Amino acid sequence: MRKCSINAIDSVFAKIAESLALYLPVDGSDGKATYKKWENGVKWSNALNTVKSPKEFFFPQTEDMMEFKTSGKNIEIIDTREETEDFVIFGVRACDVRSFDILDRVFLTMPVDSYYASKREHSIIVSVACTKPSETCFCKAFGIDPAVPKGDVTVWKTETEIFFESNTAKGADLLSKIADLTEECDNAPVEEQKEKINKIMAKLPLADLKTEAFGGGKTEQYFDHPAWAELSESCLGCGTCTFVCPTCQCYDIKDFNTGNGVIRFRCWDSCMYSEFTRMAHGNNRLSQKERFR
Amino acid sequence: MQKITCEQLIEKAVALLNDGTVSCVLGWKKGEFDYDITPALFETEEELKNEFVWNDFCRANFSKYLISKTAKCEGKILVFLKPCDTYSFNQLLTEHRFDREKVYAVGIPCEGMADIDKIKAICGDGICKIECGEKIAVSTIYTDEPTLIDAKDVLAERCINCKSKKHVAYDELIGEDGDVIDSGRFDEVAKLEAMTPDERFAFWQNELSRCIRCNACRDVCPACTCEKCVFNNPKSGVENKSPANSFEEQMFHIIRAFHVAGRCTDCGECSRVCPQNIPLHLLNRKFIKDMNEFYGEYQAGAEVGSRAPLVNYTTEDLEPGEVFDRGNKDA
Amino acid sequence: MQMKEYKPLIVAFCCNWCSYAGADLAGNNRLNYPADVKIIRVPCSCRVNPMFILRAFQKGADGVIICGCHPGDCHYTSGNYYTRRRMAALFSMLDFLGIERERTRVEWVSAAEGAKFAATMNDFAEKVAALGENKRLEDLRCKK
Repeated sequence: MRKCSINAIDSVFAKIAESLALYLPVDGSDGKATYKKWENGVKWSNALNTVKSPKEFFFPQTEDMMEFKTSGKNIEIIDTREETEDFVIFGVRACDVRSFDILDRVFLTMPVDSYYASKREHSIIVSVACTKPSETCFCKAFGIDPAVPKGDVTVWKTETEIFFESNTAKGADLLSKIADLTEECDNAPVEEQKEKINKIMAKLPLADLKTEAFGGGKTEQYFDHPAWAELSESCLGCGTCTFVCPTCQCYDIKDFNTGNGVIRFRCWDSCMYSEFTRMAHGNNRLSQKERFR
Repeated sequence: MQKITCEQLIEKAVALLNDGTVSCVLGWKKGEFDYDITPALFETEEELKNEFVWNDFCRANFSKYLISKTAKCEGKILVFLKPCDTYSFNQLLTEHRFDREKVYAVGIPCEGMADIDKIKAICGDGICKIECGEKIAVSTIYTDEPTLIDAKDVLAERCINCKSKKHVAYDELIGEDGDVIDSGRFDEVAKLEAMTPDERFAFWQNELSRCIRCNACRDVCPACTCEKCVFNNPKSGVENKSPANSFEEQMFHIIRAFHVAGRCTDCGECSRVCPQNIPLHLLNRKFIKDMNEFYGEYQAGAEVGSRAPLVNYTTEDLEPGEVFDRGNKDA
Repeated sequence: MQMKEYKPLIVAFCCNWCSYAGADLAGNNRLNYPADVKIIRVPCSCRVNPMFILRAFQKGADGVIICGCHPGDCHYTSGNYYTRRRMAALFSMLDFLGIERERTRVEWVSAAEGAKFAATMNDFAEKVAALGENKRLEDLRCKK
């Protein structure tokens, strides 16, 4: 484990940014945090989390897939994929790190989604432990430990210092880049913080949330539960929940006519929308209750 | 703090339910947390007594829900309307969006609603309990004692700039009716108008670039009641599920605001539901302010059946080119 | 390399009954106006949806002008009165978002005003050319 003073964090960022693109949560004018590219003067946000999840780094809201150009009777297909360079996402929370595993299961199992894979391969994830979880947090219910987030490097932030621990070869490589700015240390303050976080987690209103009721073979049992009607009563069908969700991965593929060719792109879609899963025979989910469920 | 108590409203609702005037009640109930109060339909006295809530967090405007609920519900629906909600109510009636006969509207006075972001800015995250009394008492898991906050200090933007405490529609009123207020709701618009075009462009690029096109602003809007929105219709040519670039962000927001121009009552629901805190109400207010200046004062929803500025005209109207000369003429 | 001279692309929505005939007259009288003005004929100026204007900008227009019958002369009695209100509101909103106000215009051109049509287009094209390319309402995908 290595550490640096909290005042030295900007020079650590500068050092990383020398050789790699570095992204981190930054406070916006509306008081909410968003991932932005680090450059001189950009400050790491204290916010618990960003509004949009970091899934966007691998699975952007809109992404061009290919272009078509026609000349006479020929159609030329242009590959729009570009080689991605290594980049660092700094300050990812435990829940968001876990979400990458779930996205990986979708995009990296056969057939591998090359758009996602190229970005995922080049990413270096630096996670940070949650010292002040919100009332809305329930990560423990999903077996996530906010005190020991995964990722290539794990960071713990105390009042005065920042601690770094690498978990992978990529992470060790990153830490070696900032070795001059950090020093070897013992993990006593980190252990102390972990204990503190665990105590806070037990006090959260959703600490006792259980997920046993769901899972394989139980869907039928709850499919017609009256709670769905009640819960969906006030649902606007907007789709915010799916867009900010770190694990929602539905997308739609569309063509855009530019006037001098066609761009085929994909964009996030939401099961809350009325056209979602519309097929030749029509739509199989007609009410908001069914979509909500 | 609200002047009317929750008990008064429950009593009224139970009475109307039991004497058969209404068959169900559209009201508020607690969501997952004390501050996320959600709209709900109540059908029994028991449900009302156990779950009905009225406090500083009952922000939702029920008017739009009446479209689907009156179509679904047998008998009359009791709906509680805050003064601002009554304007949307009238506007929907003007557009024949629901059957007035199927609604029993009870007007309730409102002292303004609290903004949870402002509360969190004061007492931080980890809120486990909120009690609304004289003051709003907020307990968090990080503090031993609850923080006492004056509701006046955490009012939502739209309530600070409340345009009216007067109910423009109701069958019955609980408490006293208020007056139309000379609010400063156009101040922010005027401030933007005074900027240079470059500054305005930069301001809106910063705001609109955050849009994730969740469409919550549209879906919650009591003026947006098309069965099939142009942005959802694959045949419209502009259907798009996410903003591919800044052009599409601009187009969506200009068109959204334009489609409700003249019909928007300035209820502020769009800005309330925006997950990215984009000040959408400024676009609506710009249209309202312009139309007041161009064609005379008009408040959508103030009366049923009034003709909105964009579906009306006079032969003396100003020319589009003159829009920008007004400042010079006045001077 | 020599810089290509910049010529603005202008979309003109012309109503079928007055302005389109006005454009015709301008042609018959051999009056010059820029070839980069692309005319789209619409039944009435009030057929022009704000979306048409934005879409024109998206697809590469640098300026959009709407021409209709003079107020009071609308073939459908009142269509252009509505146009007048709608466009006043829309143009003011575009300005509010920081988009150059000289890029949009409404002009009333009757079937007898071929000269006015040509003069209007010349003047508009000049004003738009002075602004340069449309950058604030552009869709880069359409410029590839």
